[in-house]
Formats: sequence, structure tokens, C-alpha cells
Amino acid sequence: MKAPARTLLFAAGAAGTAAVFTAGALGLPAFGGAAHPYADRAVEQAVRQGTPNAVASVTFDQRVFDTLGEEIILLAAAVGAVVLLRAAGREDRDDGASLRHGPAEVSDALRIVGHLLLPVTLLAGVYIVAHGHQSPGGGFQGGVILGTAVHLLYLAGDYPALQRLRPIPLLESAEAVAAAAFAVLALAAAGQAATGRVPALNTAVGVEVGCALVLLVGKFFEQALLVRDDGPGGQTHAGPGAATREPP
Amino acid sequence: MNALSLDALSGPLADALIAAALAMAALMATAVVLTRSTVRQAIVLSGYGMALGLLFLILQAPDVAMSQFGVGTVLVPLIVVLALHATRRHRGGGREAGRAGGGDEGERDAGPGGGRGGRGARR
Amino acid sequence: MSVLPYLTAGWIMLVGVYGIVTSRDLIHAVVCLSVTQSGTYVLLLAIGYRYGATAPVFSDRPPPPAGGPVTDPVVQAMALTDIVVGATVTALLLALAVQVARRRGTLDPGALRSLES
Repeated sequence: MKAPARTLLFAAGAAGTAAVFTAGALGLPAFGGAAHPYADRAVEQAVRQGTPNAVASVTFDQRVFDTLGEEIILLAAAVGAVVLLRAAGREDRDDGASLRHGPAEVSDALRIVGHLLLPVTLLAGVYIVAHGHQSPGGGFQGGVILGTAVHLLYLAGDYPALQRLRPIPLLESAEAVAAAAFAVLALAAAGQAATGRVPALNTAVGVEVGCALVLLVGKFFEQALLVRDDGPGGQTHAGPGAATREPP
Repeated sequence: MNALSLDALSGPLADALIAAALAMAALMATAVVLTRSTVRQAIVLSGYGMALGLLFLILQAPDVAMSQFGVGTVLVPLIVVLALHATRRHRGGGREAGRAGGGDEGERDAGPGGGRGGRGARR
Repeated sequence: MSVLPYLTAGWIMLVGVYGIVTSRDLIHAVVCLSVTQSGTYVLLLAIGYRYGATAPVFSDRPPPPAGGPVTDPVVQAMALTDIVVGATVTALLLALAVQVARRRGTLDPGALRSLES
């Protein structure tokens, strides 16, 4: 389809969607209204189950099967991305590409700040996971912090240390074990008291999200840092069996 | 004190705050889409993540805001920049290979370690 | 004000779809898709908001009705899990884009005529 035709089609679809969406929005209860029957019941249930953070209670107690589904999507997406990038990295290495070890020279200020921030950020991530049932936070948020904090070491110019800090096989097993633990806990503990279950599920999710993100970002780093020694016209390279096509 | 804090949550002040945050989020979303240079887009995306996080904070959702700050301002822009760097040979007419010493990014913007190689070559 | 937040959410979604339709770069399209997705978070949280309410956390104050109204924890739980899961899905799409660039030597969707290689 040509670009103008595509834009025209989009304009027609967007106009229709906007009209229907506006009509629907006008029919919704007014923004900020007092009537939230579902929320009232969820809050009451959270208080009865003894979980001070109602959001954690909904995520890991009242709607845990929904979270289980999300969890499986996360695992599948992370595994898919890692497998795709691993295949790409192996082909590159077969072609004689080598891994550049990060920025060679980093200003001392950045180096010191990176090394100082790393333990503080990791501690904050663990705290957010561990206190998820009492204060805002939880496995998902803490896992994101843990998974990205490790890469502060790259900013500090210490790529070898970063590679030592993330043993890939261990993280892969940890992710799988955490996902399995989440599924087993969510299924086995259904109908029991929530006081011990919410922190346990929080921890499982935190480990899984953290491991998944370290692996993902690590694979992307590996792709970005691969250097090829095949001359300045790197266009000559393509995957085996694939014809390289010059962009028009 | 109590009246003041209640006012900030439900009065005209709350309306103004929410409207400003919503306008900010809508503007930043538009800016992300209209930024055609992908390297700059990653930076604008980070700003959009920040604006969304602020909006969620104002809408009294600290859990969601925390998640949004982590993902929207750090993780997704980081992955986008890394993906851009990994595909740098194939964009913008494929100007240069990513050899150390070559300009790594098609748009001459520093990707991870990209500015490093360029600077080393200039010395 | 009563429908403005909903309309903002709709605007963010539509503007994201516009970006995908007019994109000349697959990575640009993936970023626009994540913008589209973020419209749903705005919609969910706008539905869950109520005036005068605070966050649904009761570690330092009594639960309602004694402690005043709180925002809807159900939509917040939905949005918060989806943000993290959506990030990994974005990563998967970007990995696909990296593979497309390696196999086909271009990221322009207009230059990718067919999908067989």
C-alpha cells in the first residue's frame, strides 16, 4: 500500500475510533466520582486479609491468577528475546566479531559515582521487594530496579566486573526456578491466609523480573558492543544465507 | 493543615494539577511520535516516561508510578538505545560500520560507547 | 474536567497508532506501539481516581471509612503489572527488529516487501 493511501485509511479509521471513543467516554461515570463499588470491596478484602498495601493484595492475593498469566507472558517474552539475540550473537562470533569491553576511558567522577550508587541502588531494590506488602512497591517494581541497577557498572566503565556480577547460567536457572515457584505458590496456597503468601509471591516475582531484565539488557548490550573487523563497509555482513539488500 | 491537604486532593487546585499533568503527558506523547530521528526519540521517550510517572503520582497511584519511573524512564529507553546501536550498520543508508574509531551512530549521536570510539579517533 | 482524562487517554492511543502507520523505521514503530500501550494506563488510572482520595496503603492510617476514601487498587494492580510485562514485550519486538535488520539489511518497513528471505 502506498503511503498516501495508508494515511487516508488511517485518517478514516482514526476519525471513526475517536467518535466512538468519545461517545463511550461521555457515557462513563464522571472522573473522580465517589462510586467505586469494586474498589470498596477490594479494599475491604485487603484489610480483612491483613495486607496493608491494597494494591499488593489485589496483585498477589485477590487476582493472583491474573498475575500468574502476566508472569507467564513475561517469561515467554524474555525467553523469546534472549533466544533471538543469542542466535544473532553466535552468528556474529562465528563471523569473527569480538566483544568490545565497554568504554575504555571514563571520567573519575562517573566511575566513583557508578561504584557508589550500585550497592545503594541494589539495597533499595531489595527493600522495595521485601516491603511490597506494607508500603508502595513490590516484586515488579523492585525487580525492575534490581535488573537495571546492575548495569550501573557499565556506566562506571567496568564491563569485565559487570560480566562477573551476572553469571548468565545461574541467572537463567534462577529465573526459571522463580517462575516455577510463583506458579506453585499461587496454585498451592489458594484459599489460605494471605499474611505469609503475599511476601513470598512478591519475592518470587522480584527474583524473576530481576533475572529476566538482567538477561535481556545483557543480551542487548552484547549485541550493541559487538565489533566486527571486516572493513569499514560493514554492509558486506549479513546472516548466513541471507542476501544483503541495500536500502533504497 | 487538614483543610489544606484536603483541598489539594479535591478542590480546584487538584483539578489544575491533574489537568496540567494530563496536558504534559499528551504533549510528550505527541512529541515522542513526531520525533523522527530514532536516537533523539529515545531521549524524548525517557521524558515521556517521567511525565507519565508524575501523572500517576498525582492520580494517587504510587505503586504504578514507581513501576513507570523504573520502566519508562530507564529500562525501555535503554533497550531502545542498545537496539539502535546494534542495528547502526543498517540505518540511514548504512553509512559506516561500527568499528572502533568509526563514527558509531548513524546520526552522530553517542550510543553506548559510541561517542567513545569517535573521540578516541579524533585524538 | 469530567471527561478530559478519558479523552487524553484516547488521544495518546490514537497518536501512537498514527506514529506506527507513518513510521519509516521499525524501531520507531515499536516505540510508538509502547506509546499506544501507555494510553491504556492513563485510562485505567483515570477510571480508578476519586476526588479527595489517597493511595490505597494502610500501613500508617486506618482503612476507610475511618481514614477517608482511597483510589481504586484493582485498576492500579492491572496497570502496574502491565507496565513491567509490556516492557519485556517491547524488548521482544526490538529483538525481532534487530534480527530483521541483520537479515534484510534495512529497518524501513516500506523496503520489506515480503517476509520470505
